[in-house]
Amino acid sequence: MSVDADTVRRIAHLARIAVNDAEVPHLQGELNAMLSFVEQLSEVDVSGVEPMTSVMPMEMKKRADVVNDGEISDDIVKNAPATENHFFLVPKVVE
Amino acid sequence: MTDFTSLTIAEARDGLANKSFTSLELTDAHLKAIEDARALNAFVLETPDKARDMAREADGKIGKGEGGPLAGIPLGIKDLFATKGVRTTACSKILDDFVPTYESTVTSQLWRDGAVMLGKLNNDEFAMGSSNETSCFGPVANPWRREGSNTNLVPGGSSGGSASAVAALLCMGATATDTGGSIRQPAAFTATVGIKPTYGRCSRWGIVAFASSLDQAGPIGRTVRDSAILLRSMAGYDPKDTTSVDTPVPDYEAAIGKSVKGMKIGIPKEYRLDGMPTEIEKLWSEGAAWLKAAGAELVEVSLPYTKYALPAYYIVAPAEASSNLARYDGVRYGLRVPGRSIGEMYEGTRAAGFGAEVRRRVMIGTYVLSAGYYDAYYLRAQKVRTLIKKDFEDCFAKGVNAILTPATPSAAFGVGEKGGADPIEMYLNDIFTVTVNMAGLPGIAVPAGKDAQGLPLALQLIGKPFDEDTLFSLGEVIEQAAGRFTPARWW
Repeated sequence: MSVDADTVRRIAHLARIAVNDAEVPHLQGELNAMLSFVEQLSEVDVSGVEPMTSVMPMEMKKRADVVNDGEISDDIVKNAPATENHFFLVPKVVE
Repeated sequence: MTDFTSLTIAEARDGLANKSFTSLELTDAHLKAIEDARALNAFVLETPDKARDMAREADGKIGKGEGGPLAGIPLGIKDLFATKGVRTTACSKILDDFVPTYESTVTSQLWRDGAVMLGKLNNDEFAMGSSNETSCFGPVANPWRREGSNTNLVPGGSSGGSASAVAALLCMGATATDTGGSIRQPAAFTATVGIKPTYGRCSRWGIVAFASSLDQAGPIGRTVRDSAILLRSMAGYDPKDTTSVDTPVPDYEAAIGKSVKGMKIGIPKEYRLDGMPTEIEKLWSEGAAWLKAAGAELVEVSLPYTKYALPAYYIVAPAEASSNLARYDGVRYGLRVPGRSIGEMYEGTRAAGFGAEVRRRVMIGTYVLSAGYYDAYYLRAQKVRTLIKKDFEDCFAKGVNAILTPATPSAAFGVGEKGGADPIEMYLNDIFTVTVNMAGLPGIAVPAGKDAQGLPLALQLIGKPFDEDTLFSLGEVIEQAAGRFTPARWW
């Protein structure tokens, strides 16, 4: 499988990365090189094989459903580029 | 006067315990070495004040007989580990001047045991790379150069700063992480010892995530024993990481010097690549001969799905990365590029913040997870992963204790030499290491010799899940036979 220029633009948008037109041909070449490299997986017979979902067979531990953290608003917003009264500020979303 | 920087951790521990010197003296010697080695670009942040404070505290505890297993030992920390109050960037512009308000579990355990932090070490951006050339702080130089040459070589990656700093005697040991070979390949390129433990052995909490089902922390040290000492402090169950495994951490150091007599060592025929340099082939047989001389039995084994590990990795790792890196949106932390709308702000921030390699991997990951392609790529790759894991399980079921392979297909290469035109050329560096991540197994790289140009080469030992002890025992046999290698100082 290979990707065309429109697909490159669509993936970039899905990944939320701005790409200008001049970069598209180069990116297209790189993505196609990777896709042709992974193409060899199609020759493997995977019928009846379960996908690997965990590296070590173990039961996931669960903690009690209680509040065990909090009151750290200062810490949470400390590294934010724009905040006001413990809120993150973003460009206007709703008109 | 003792040359403090050339001591091993084990030697320094003894010297500190019998009061031959203080941690402050040891720490000052390393801070001076770091200052004199800025040409290597191994450290992206030096923390001398913090280091001296921690050293004084350690000296106080040692004086009262309360020093922990790493009391007063100066270490370097890969910039992928969150360190409270100390800038942590993953060597990406997108994290900007991020200063964590928390400490990663692994580093907190090192401080619990008395270690001293010298500073933060360079790495490939988000640990994506095999040469440390993708860092936003620029490439790291390998302290090793080809005989008679002034050309800078890469230290490998992604833990290039860790490997370079340990090899150049700037720190006694370092933390590192390994997603496809990022501990073992740089260790191999710098004649240091690096172990990637079993997936789940070390907590991933507080380590900047790349590919969560593959990422695992481990140490880089100058000897097998030092790596064992470091891993014991780094490992352990952590309720904050649900993939960390609740099983006791053994005293790994006790495995050093243990007999390997009667152990079965597998030599996988699939690792004998066409066009493999004869030096690597020779090193491999030499390593096998050393283990045999120590009483181990060598058996040829087959791992038929080996060749599919790297392509499957380049689906699984980018897919998980694209998901993990979605958090960098210019809202909660890190860089923000203003935009007229929130979408424009996201896209502008991520375009400016991610380097070329990271962007490429996020995009390929986004593609393989996108509607209509998930089954063909991601699901298939995860099935192939099951087959790769089964290869190893079959092998261990036949009584094999560990598997011996070369660590890398070549010695260190020059800055800018690889991957410029074709990214796959760089990816092939991890061909011997990536299978181990795919199967979740432990693997250690141990220096074993030099090539014709005087550059270090290493062997890799792969073990059963949670059988790091055996790797330390076997690694020690190789280290004893091969000796240790130190680069000539040019910086």
